[in-house]
Amino acid sequence: MDITSLKIRDMRTMLDKKEVSASELADAYLDRINDIDGKLESYITVTADEAHAAAEKAQQVINSGEASALTGIPLAIKDNICTDGVKTTCASKMLEDFVPPYNATVMEKLNAQDIVMLGKTSMDEFAMGGSTQTSAFKKTKNPYDLGRVPGGSSGGSASAVGASLCAAALGSDTGGSIRQPASFCGVTGLKPTYGRVSRYGLVAFASSLDQIGPIAKDAHDCAIILNAISGYDYHDGTSAKENVPDFTAKIGQSISGMKIAVPKEFYAEGIDADVREAVMKAAKWYESQGAVLVECSMPSLKYAVAAYYLIASAEASSNLSRYDGIKYGHRSDKGDSYNDLICNSRSEGFGDEVKRRILLGNYALSSGYYDAYYGKAMALKQRIREEYESIFKNCDIILTPTAPTVAYGVNENISDPAKMYQADICTVTVNIASLPAISTPCGYDEKGMPIGMSLIGRRWDEATIIQAADAYEKQFERVPAKI
Amino acid sequence: MNMSAYIPVIGLEIHAELLTKSKVFCTCSAEFGGDKNTRCCPVCSGMPGTLPIINQTAVEYAVKAGFALGCGINKFSVFDRKNYFYPDLPKAYQISQLNLPLCINGLVPIEYEENGEKKTKNIRINRIHLEEDAGKLIHDDLNGVSLADYNRCGIPLIEIVTEPDIGSAEEAKAFVEKISLLLQYAGVCDCKMEQGSLRCDVNISIMKPTDTEFGTRAEIKNLNSIKAIGRAIDFEIYRQGKLLDMGKRVIQETRRFDDNRGETKSMRSKEDAHDYRYFPEPDILQVNFTDEDLDAIRAKLPEMPYERLERYLKNGLNETDAKIIVNQKILSDFFDSAVKAYNNPKSVCNFLIGEMMRRINLGEVSLDNLPFTAEQFAKLVEMADTDKVSKNDAKSVFRTMCEKGGDPEEIAKAEGLLISNDTGKVAEVIEKVLAANEKAVAQYTGGDQKVFGFLMGQCTKELKGVCTPKVIKEELEKKLRSL
Repeated sequence: MDITSLKIRDMRTMLDKKEVSASELADAYLDRINDIDGKLESYITVTADEAHAAAEKAQQVINSGEASALTGIPLAIKDNICTDGVKTTCASKMLEDFVPPYNATVMEKLNAQDIVMLGKTSMDEFAMGGSTQTSAFKKTKNPYDLGRVPGGSSGGSASAVGASLCAAALGSDTGGSIRQPASFCGVTGLKPTYGRVSRYGLVAFASSLDQIGPIAKDAHDCAIILNAISGYDYHDGTSAKENVPDFTAKIGQSISGMKIAVPKEFYAEGIDADVREAVMKAAKWYESQGAVLVECSMPSLKYAVAAYYLIASAEASSNLSRYDGIKYGHRSDKGDSYNDLICNSRSEGFGDEVKRRILLGNYALSSGYYDAYYGKAMALKQRIREEYESIFKNCDIILTPTAPTVAYGVNENISDPAKMYQADICTVTVNIASLPAISTPCGYDEKGMPIGMSLIGRRWDEATIIQAADAYEKQFERVPAKI
Repeated sequence: MNMSAYIPVIGLEIHAELLTKSKVFCTCSAEFGGDKNTRCCPVCSGMPGTLPIINQTAVEYAVKAGFALGCGINKFSVFDRKNYFYPDLPKAYQISQLNLPLCINGLVPIEYEENGEKKTKNIRINRIHLEEDAGKLIHDDLNGVSLADYNRCGIPLIEIVTEPDIGSAEEAKAFVEKISLLLQYAGVCDCKMEQGSLRCDVNISIMKPTDTEFGTRAEIKNLNSIKAIGRAIDFEIYRQGKLLDMGKRVIQETRRFDDNRGETKSMRSKEDAHDYRYFPEPDILQVNFTDEDLDAIRAKLPEMPYERLERYLKNGLNETDAKIIVNQKILSDFFDSAVKAYNNPKSVCNFLIGEMMRRINLGEVSLDNLPFTAEQFAKLVEMADTDKVSKNDAKSVFRTMCEKGGDPEEIAKAEGLLISNDTGKVAEVIEKVLAANEKAVAQYTGGDQKVFGFLMGQCTKELKGVCTPKVIKEELEKKLRSL
């Protein structure tokens, strides 16, 4: 048995029974990272020394019988989540040497449980992209096929989980950045309800859409991590004072009678036949278990990508303005005026995709264009929310594909931004409507590439999508990546 | 130039720093000063991943300011981002309010003098919104560097915007003085223009009486004294009038006032104006007030100037004196404390307006830094009223208090001015004087009343510090009558 392929709850049992020590567990992963990550490039920074120290501390906690659910569990953290004293680059030259002086709230929460952080994972630069190929440092590969992308933007986290280079990982999801890479890498990823998890310390991309969430081997492990990181945080005014339930509580309960919406627009043209068939097959399985499939419609879906890219880019253009070379981050040594300094620092520090979105966002917010672009996008946001509300009047969860395709080749699509953006069609509405959604593997195409399906829940009802995903996972035969 | 040919149209934008203990979006101290960059944290210095948390006291103070200026309060208020690059603005956006400010539609009555004539006018307030202050730049020309101090970043500011109701420098000055008074009474701003806690921008245009539309306006930025406001307006009326007289046009631009030359200078024209790309701040939830919330804030509003004036008039002060006291909050607070110690408002007022104001106007003492307490002042007034010191000697005691401070009774005693009112001693001295001056006594009893003055003088000499001349006179007359 390879210990690195275990689920978190199995590791918990072994740690608590002293069948393995926290240090042995950490070393098993660090060795594997050493062996494989040269090919996979999922980590930007590996924190071996810190991991060893953390493992020793975790072992003491375990020995004293006071272990929490995640004590001693080796996790990877997306490199846009601030870690005190550990470089947090956002996969951008702009923050190549940035060492935060503080911890993100999620890190405080995980550290309180004495996790073992293995390192920081690669991503699309500033979380902008769906391939991890815009990373300035590590262009992560897919563990199922090194010639393909892992998805993105949390591609490093998903790839590391898929290749068992960590027990689980944190990602962030602004328009699908947890779910789509989870789908591409054959693992499970959960985007919580907006406000469920504090964003304090998550380097902002689009503040009204960003949410941190887990990527893990399965829904149950996602629930364990979500239990640890959820809850109101004084430091994030948009985090909710909502009751935090035990997200594992509904696991194992019958799904008979559950009403599952199947909105037809998500299965229309543009979705690969393989993907459509696999997701429909999963729908049929749910039906066979007593769930009720409800056909419905989301007419605004065709405008969703446009609305999403306007809102996200507008917010991003403002959020990324702080990188001016004055306080931290890349500073150009060319030019001799303040304007030169910011222009050159930003021109040199940001990659093409980031620049594209800053331009788009600034344009959308410019005086004279605001109403036509940002204003319209906000109106659409309202419409999409209403359409979801209407579906949830009759249904408990919604089933859709996670992405229109399986993982594509590392050199495909990159040159066509519009096509890349359109690939987010299945995921962006969830962020626009602040809803929780989970992606889990539901099949493989003929070349063995994983296909993911998404289950979308009502606001604050992560427990039900976890329950439904877990039910499916229990009977679905996973084919692990052979790497 | 025929000055009276034009009507000035003036509107003001006043920035007032709120007196909260902490900053508006983090918990750093909001106190003035401090060593450079010692009052800042990851949030107010714009570190990646940080989020603003709204200071509820700042919101409350802004609403209080609204009530003080007769505004309506928006029950639903939104924060926006104002985007621009400047090295003193670490996030490259200022959190401010655009479309839904906290307070709207106020009215502030002013009184002022013009050509020796007393006038009154109502100035309409367009809005008051809450925002954050920026840092400070320190330019070191010698070494060719500019340094940023972020201590002031995030100090809560309110911006008070008037309608263009102001017609002259006198009105503008009276208005700023009135605003300053109201904000101080409301307890929300110390209004120290020299420290920058109150700053003023002037929008000014001129028009002919027959014109139906306002002229082109210039904006004069950052005036930091009442005097500068008056001078800048007078200069600008002159400058714009001269341009129009010559058949030229006023251009819309931002100007700054050069205090040394008494002139305004162009800073940037409309073409160079920023496009601030405002949009709703996604990191801060909307502010929602219930009627109860607003009532609670209104109830916390301290006694305002007009209420104090009413109270003083009720206490028997004349209107002129009462206004002098009310128009300086620090003086009024001093007066109230003194009356609390010695409940004789009229008497306290007379000494205050007479003696104390005289010495203040002479520059011997300053209200900001009095060497004695209101209680000590009250004691002196009471001593004079109760003949513990003569009215004339009270002035001399007060002079010592102004010079060195201290307790009036101690001073009077040390200076031999304290009256003991020892009646035994009075009778004894009179007895002695009459015995020593039998001739004079005989003259008096014989009907020559002129010698009374001589006898009185003899007694007074001996009774210095024992009782007042009035008592001596009464006692002496009584004694002489009884002979």
